[in-house]
Amino acid sequence: MKTTALLLGGVATALIGTALIFTPGWNLHKVHTVQTGFRGLSVGEMSTVKTDALRKAANALPDAIDPAEAGGKKATEVYKNVQVLTDLSAAQLDRVMLGFAAWVGGDNGCNTCHNPDNLADDSLYQKRVARQMIKMTRHINKDWQPHVLQTGVTCYTCHRGQPVPKGVWYNPAPATAGAATNNRGFGHPAGAANGYTAMTTVPFAGILDGKEPVRFQQLNALVAGPGPSIQTTEKTYSLMMAISYGLGVNCTYCHSSRVFWSWSEGNPLRVNAWQGINMVKDLNANFLAPLQAEWPKDRLGPTGDGPKLYCMTCHQGAPKPLLGAQLAKDWTELGGVAAK
Amino acid sequence: MAFYENVFTQVQVQPKHPETGEGVGDANLARERFGTPILSYWAGFIGNAQIGPIYLGGLGIASVLCGFIAIEIIGLNMLASVHWSPIEFMRQLPWLALEPPLPKHGIKAFPPLAEGGWWLMAGFFLTMSMLLWTARVYRRAVQLGLSTHMAWAFLSAIWLFLCMGFFQPLLLGRFSEGVPFGIFPHLDWTAAFSLRYGNLYYNPFHMLSIAFLYGAALLFAMHGATILSVGRYGGEREVEQIVYRGTAAERAALFWRWTMGYNASMESIHRWGWWCAVLCPLTGGIGILLSGTVVDNWYLWAVQHNIAPAYPHVFPATVDPAATGVPQ
Repeated sequence: MKTTALLLGGVATALIGTALIFTPGWNLHKVHTVQTGFRGLSVGEMSTVKTDALRKAANALPDAIDPAEAGGKKATEVYKNVQVLTDLSAAQLDRVMLGFAAWVGGDNGCNTCHNPDNLADDSLYQKRVARQMIKMTRHINKDWQPHVLQTGVTCYTCHRGQPVPKGVWYNPAPATAGAATNNRGFGHPAGAANGYTAMTTVPFAGILDGKEPVRFQQLNALVAGPGPSIQTTEKTYSLMMAISYGLGVNCTYCHSSRVFWSWSEGNPLRVNAWQGINMVKDLNANFLAPLQAEWPKDRLGPTGDGPKLYCMTCHQGAPKPLLGAQLAKDWTELGGVAAK
Repeated sequence: MAFYENVFTQVQVQPKHPETGEGVGDANLARERFGTPILSYWAGFIGNAQIGPIYLGGLGIASVLCGFIAIEIIGLNMLASVHWSPIEFMRQLPWLALEPPLPKHGIKAFPPLAEGGWWLMAGFFLTMSMLLWTARVYRRAVQLGLSTHMAWAFLSAIWLFLCMGFFQPLLLGRFSEGVPFGIFPHLDWTAAFSLRYGNLYYNPFHMLSIAFLYGAALLFAMHGATILSVGRYGGEREVEQIVYRGTAAERAALFWRWTMGYNASMESIHRWGWWCAVLCPLTGGIGILLSGTVVDNWYLWAVQHNIAPAYPHVFPATVDPAATGVPQ
């Protein structure tokens, strides 16, 4: 009895010990820390050789395409049914189309958007969507320099060669039906959206495609009236986790963690992030939402809404998309600001 | 002579016949309890080798029943949230939740089941279960001729539980502020509560609560170590040795008087421990009640009262872009 019990105990201990050693994701590389804030406040960024290498590999650049020769006929004179890129020359249009095929074409290249028998044909929804996306890219490069500066964006910034970029979001389908608690999207793991907390898995809904506020902290010490709810708090918290995950940074990249609302204690990069949130709201409302009728069924979310953007869509886990590579300066055709 | 001198209890009392506790009251004590007592080698490692008999009684049965209902409501709702998949239930268990009512339902007692009704029911039955258990602990203590310290200590924990899940939400007029049921969900709530009220570390009652929490742990470590170290002189028979010289009790007292110039008495150390432990949730509950009812931002409150330290600004001065109307 005693021996069996001891044996059983030993086996149980060995099993639990093994599980404790092998289940956590141990980090075997030296963690490199860059302190950005005042000492002792844990304001800094961490990386390892491995995370740096992964990030570099994930942000490889596409092949450059030679600039178009100046002059020549206008695109509208050479091609039929040019609706958006009307200001380009035919040579510029050819160049842009080469870029598109490489950036968003996936396996089908030009045929992702074009009917190969009649390039002017508008029957593919991808082509109709692409027009809107070209307008959006130019709008970002021209009107959203507070966020993208003169680094700018091209299709590749989000698409990375694929027709559908990674990191788009949809409104969630309720997890339960009938009388069971609906939990409002809380209570499930979703690394990219809530950082593996149990908070809402779609913190964007209503904020990034609507007018719900992000801010919830009260700027007076004593209660002045009814304030935001814990649910509002957790939603913003989740949104911040999504930003953190999308950019591959900690909270302290922008914030002072003891007083999250304070602009003066935080990093000025936060202003750029604030512009980013405004930009995403603008793009979702004015470029993605109008495409609703264009999407075929398999591009719709569980509640029938089209794909929408958030930080991850462009940043793909890097503080600066494509690690800050200046792509747009070579693409004045897409509204990029030419190199000086 | 056997000694207590290891990290676990080496000495086991394994009587020929399990004892029922005659001699501490009337004969009814034995009659009211049920179950054939067993002697367990494993139980003997960490405590008394004898398990049972147990007394449940009306209060105990009611308490266990209420607890069972609460756990069922929570568990079945969680199971529903993974489409009744047992595998997903196991995989996602730490994340699964039973969330409180939507803010729009205020303090409605019967909101729709899917929008918080289950949460209120689970909370009601869990609270009833704990209160009934308190009453049971109180009654059992009186029956055995003890005083009622245990019941009051348990009530202190229930006080904090109710402050977070019921009293503060009630004062704010929204049950939505309550704590969700679930392993990570209740931890997320904790973090969100601190964020919502401007950093709870600057809440003085939170500070007190932490001090008492650490205090209780420290005192228990000191007391546990002291008693184990005088175990070779029978130190575990603490109270009966108080009045004699040269005993484990005197050596333990002497040790601390030599070490830090002062010692608690064999009786007072238990009062220290009890008060530290009881004051931890008691003060914590006050801190919760004041959040959102009186204070909305504890950091700013701490700045006003010169508690929050000011750190040098190492970043260029930044102002709220929304307030300055910079171009978007």
